[in-house]
Amino acid sequence: MKQEQSIIPIDVGQLIGSVEQCRNEGYRLAQIGCTKVGDNSFEVNYSFDKDYVLRNLRITVTAETEVPSITGMYWGAFVYENEMHDLFGIQVKGINIDFKGTFIQTAIKYPFGVTVTKGEKP
Amino acid sequence: MTKQIIVPFGPQHPVLPEPIHLDLVLEDERVVDAIPSIGYIHRGFEKLVEKREFTEYVYIAERTCGICSFIHGATYCQGIEQIMNIEVPERADYLRTIWSEYSRLHSHLLWLGCFADSFGFENLFMAAWRIRERILDVFEQTTGGRVIQGSCKIGGVRRDIANDKLTGMSRDLDSIQKEIEELTTVFLNDDTVRHRTRNIGVLSRDDAYHLGAVGPTARGSGVAIDLRKTGYGAYDRLNVPVITDSCGDCYSRCYVRCKELFTSIDLIQQAITEIPDGPIDVKVTGSPNGEYFMRAEQPRGELVHYLKGNGTKFLVRSRIRTPTLTNIPPLVKMLQGCELADVPVIVLSIDPCISCTER
Amino acid sequence: MGFFEMTKTALKTVLSRPVTILYPYQPAKKTSLTRGHVVQDGSKCISCSICVKKCPSQAILLNKEAKTWQIDRFRCVVCNSCVDTCPTRCLSMDTQYTAPASVQGVEVFTITYVKPPKPEKKEETKE
Ligand code: SF4
Ligand code: SF4
Repeated sequence: MKQEQSIIPIDVGQLIGSVEQCRNEGYRLAQIGCTKVGDNSFEVNYSFDKDYVLRNLRITVTAETEVPSITGMYWGAFVYENEMHDLFGIQVKGINIDFKGTFIQTAIKYPFGVTVTKGEKP
Repeated sequence: MTKQIIVPFGPQHPVLPEPIHLDLVLEDERVVDAIPSIGYIHRGFEKLVEKREFTEYVYIAERTCGICSFIHGATYCQGIEQIMNIEVPERADYLRTIWSEYSRLHSHLLWLGCFADSFGFENLFMAAWRIRERILDVFEQTTGGRVIQGSCKIGGVRRDIANDKLTGMSRDLDSIQKEIEELTTVFLNDDTVRHRTRNIGVLSRDDAYHLGAVGPTARGSGVAIDLRKTGYGAYDRLNVPVITDSCGDCYSRCYVRCKELFTSIDLIQQAITEIPDGPIDVKVTGSPNGEYFMRAEQPRGELVHYLKGNGTKFLVRSRIRTPTLTNIPPLVKMLQGCELADVPVIVLSIDPCISCTER
Repeated sequence: MGFFEMTKTALKTVLSRPVTILYPYQPAKKTSLTRGHVVQDGSKCISCSICVKKCPSQAILLNKEAKTWQIDRFRCVVCNSCVDTCPTRCLSMDTQYTAPASVQGVEVFTITYVKPPKPEKKEETKE
């Protein structure tokens, strides 16, 4: 049985507005996840859930893009945003609890943003 | 204003089964703020997906968590099946559901034990784990693994349970149910337990919803989210009641889990009566191309597996969002304003599973 | 309000035998499906190296020249994948857990398979 979900690609500039709209419509933040889609290009999915329907807002960014934090609308988003920063090296601006790279500490900086080839010991 | 001091809590603490660190800002005995940090056991599972074939990744997905391992494996498989449009035989769906519900029983009993331990009721802890042992025995008899079942694969399940074994399991469940009844009476009626949990760590309904609480943490605050209602696996053919409680304190969360034990038993019984005969797997050819957000209900709440394939044997991305990760912000809210002595109880009340949080 | 809710459970605990086992002094619980450790039957292995490819933890190493098949018990996660995929069913899962060890080592099996006469042997593996 397919679970209902939609993916809406948006620009980074529209992010705050769209998230606010979700918040006003009574959506719950399900997750924020990042995917590396190419050299220095990342997709960030903001998933919101309401009545078991998942709405994903997707932005495509580079490591240099400053992504605005959505912790103003969803206070709990700090875990995902810190994770995004620590694992992918995406710059998120204005997180309410900014760990500045110490939320998840890894031997390799931004492990998911680089390609580690086999045999290379971290 | 009283002087504020910061007390570090964890990652090593007698009550914590797994490492999470909290910086507790105290005013006298009262916690005014808590800052969580994780990152002690990051294992890079999500990265491994680039090195392992998608069929092998089932084993890895399963090892994300040592408690709800089966559900991780099943969710991953279901996600891939959705991408590749594989129709799983009905019997496999039912078997997955049965094992998932056994996982829930096992996890909730484990949690009840740990929870009892958190307020120092060692005896109850042992009593809960004694029952859990019987659940693990069933796992071992049916899948070969006590904790890591490894019985799920893409396209179905790897092992069948014979019908007479199923009948035996159903009979066994009746006696387990009696034991659980005795156990939960203690949790729900005992004065000592009530004293340590009532009105402790209250999370309001609004906070629970907007901070993204899931599972029993949300249901304890009256938010009726239960992903089993989306009808994955065989849940669309079974009657799944959603248990909620309105107080939002530790007792409510304990109440929800206690009652869910019975729901799980009931679901297994329903599944055992309805399970059809037939094949247990289908052959899988090709590689996944596409993406899907597979969501399932774990004992701790909603689990999201985001899978993205590009038509090769290796997936591009597997993101596992485990329930504990999203339960951390609600935890911080609960801790604000509580007494220092109650911190262990509150932390345990969300059923933290930090290993899977960090993957 | 309840008092003495634990009495029944406590009494039962006092009167019954311990549920725990003194492993490793007493043998662990086993069922016919228990995944203990992988054993290899060298007389049937055709050195196809499917098990090497299918092992998620890369615990198996096959040396075709030296005719050895080796397994690193520390890496092996006892997932049963190799047993399921081996075409000649020469791998099987023993129900005995491996004994605790403090040094990592590999266990080497020699492949004694000689080409054609393929003996039909009974299967000890499940599935
Ligand atoms: S049981 Fe699994 S981990 Fe162990 S050798 Fe076989 S495939 Fe590898
Ligand atoms: S053990 Fe089995 S799978 Fe492995 S090389 Fe030998 S025949 Fe092939």
